[in-house]
Amino acid sequence: MKHNIDFIEQWIEPESRVLDLGCGDGSLLASLREQLNVLGYGLEIDPESISSCLAKGVNIIEQDLNKGLKNFADQSFDTVLMTQTLQTLRYPHLVLDEILRIGSKGIVTFPNFGHWRTRTYLSFRGRMPVTKQLSYQWYDTPNIHFFTYADFEALCKQRNINILHRQFLTHGFPDTLLRPVWPNLFTEIAVYHLSR
Amino acid sequence: MSLEVSDKQKDLSGSMGLVKPQKVVIEQPLKLACGVVLPSHTLVYETYGTLNKDKTNAILICHALSGNHHAAGFYEDESKPGWWDQYIGPGKPIDSDRFFIVCVNNIGSCFGSTGPTSENPETGTPYGADFPPLRARDWMESQRLLMEHLNISCWAAVVGGSLGGMQAMRWSLEYPDKLQHAVVIASSMKLTAQNIAFNEIARKAIKSDADFCDGNYLQENKVPYRGLALARMIGHVTYLSDELMGQKFGRDLRVGDLLQGKTEPVEFQIESYLNYQGDKFSDFFDANSYILITKMLDYFDLAREYDHDPVAAFSHAQCKFLVVSFSSDWRFSPVRSQEITDALIAAGKEVSYIAIDSDHGHDAFLLPNQRYQNALGSYLSKLADQIEGAQ
Repeated sequence: MKHNIDFIEQWIEPESRVLDLGCGDGSLLASLREQLNVLGYGLEIDPESISSCLAKGVNIIEQDLNKGLKNFADQSFDTVLMTQTLQTLRYPHLVLDEILRIGSKGIVTFPNFGHWRTRTYLSFRGRMPVTKQLSYQWYDTPNIHFFTYADFEALCKQRNINILHRQFLTHGFPDTLLRPVWPNLFTEIAVYHLSR
Repeated sequence: MSLEVSDKQKDLSGSMGLVKPQKVVIEQPLKLACGVVLPSHTLVYETYGTLNKDKTNAILICHALSGNHHAAGFYEDESKPGWWDQYIGPGKPIDSDRFFIVCVNNIGSCFGSTGPTSENPETGTPYGADFPPLRARDWMESQRLLMEHLNISCWAAVVGGSLGGMQAMRWSLEYPDKLQHAVVIASSMKLTAQNIAFNEIARKAIKSDADFCDGNYLQENKVPYRGLALARMIGHVTYLSDELMGQKFGRDLRVGDLLQGKTEPVEFQIESYLNYQGDKFSDFFDANSYILITKMLDYFDLAREYDHDPVAAFSHAQCKFLVVSFSSDWRFSPVRSQEITDALIAAGKEVSYIAIDSDHGHDAFLLPNQRYQNALGSYLSKLADQIEGAQ
């Protein structure tokens, strides 16, 4: 299930500078360029994704996030985006700091490990969850950190990061119905708009 | 007989086929960066593909130190194609079915355009060592005069590797409205001290040849073959990587063996290879051109007149950029390409940067590589779509 995160457009100023860390095939940047005429750049290391970006005319920089972002100056972007990548990085907390050093605002999305499917999978099967959102075995998964949105918010508090907006995404019955009641249990993807 | 013909046809398929160079005498005076004016100059060039009716699909290919105008296709009497045939031709990354591609032998070189082997109109003898010093911007100015001759007002892209990439960057600053894209491959905003050191060793090798005659060897009916061959051997080592030399030659012997109790000479494969490359090069390249163009490389410094600030320099550019580097290139290392990319991002310019894995060193930009071909092809194909969509 691919969640639509087009709503983040309301958090991004037209014609602003946007850096997308781990931009995949460049769809989001292409859409932001079309809708908001942003000046966007994506960072990516997967050759096929890079080719897709080139074919779309999206600015793509081949650079490994795990090797640092020192080449980007302080506050050189209006928004730094990172979708579904935080959980794959060696030091997520340091990358969060980098996001808000480079960008005046950050937008981060990640899979919520507090979702009932992952909880019941681990509780009842006694095995690490393999779900549609987290579709890897424990030994080959790129997702090396598992955390819930509550963990993320605790980290933000600890590092003095302001949460400007948050949006919880889910799909299907009963999740969409029950999410307002117990968000951590019924949120698949958490989306945060951050500032320092 | 039929066998020979079919072999030839096989060679030509998928390429530009047989091509012929063209020659033009540019009658407009060209004021060089050093102040000297060339009242007129000759340019030899090749074109591939067809210029569209709006003249919006022209790509300029800029050659490097030892390159020339013959970038693609075959000459009737030669078995090897042009130097960038892997990348230029029908259906290739620089697609002659979609673009009109221009490649010119630059002044100061030695393949027919005005250079040290040309006659100096003031003396009636070859310029030799008296050919005025050149800068990359002089090549660009001369290319602009050819552009006028071809009735092209804006390049869809200026593309080049190494010194060719330097020309593409210079175009973007000097004539920002005359190019849509700059493709800068295995290049640098300026040479390092190590780069300059290697170039000086090469020049010293040439000048140390007794047949160099202070650069006036043509009048003396001599050619400094040995010095030029040595210069090329030095350069060639810096264009390859340690890994590749290890894989290709290792410590293999061509002659003799290293058993004890033998006095016969021994020759490593790499020695034989380098000697062959040096000799081959000195048969077709001019020693004065080599000195002239290596100095041009040394002098190049993109941001010199912008307070040495690359961001200030690139703020003048209007085109989009594609920057490409190769992992094992230590002559123009990936760090140099990252510096270009970072400066472009900081200047708010549209840029993509691709870091290609290759063990072919600096020469990788000339050689087949699937990822490099795909990346360049995807980028230019998007450009061709836009041009054809606007028609």
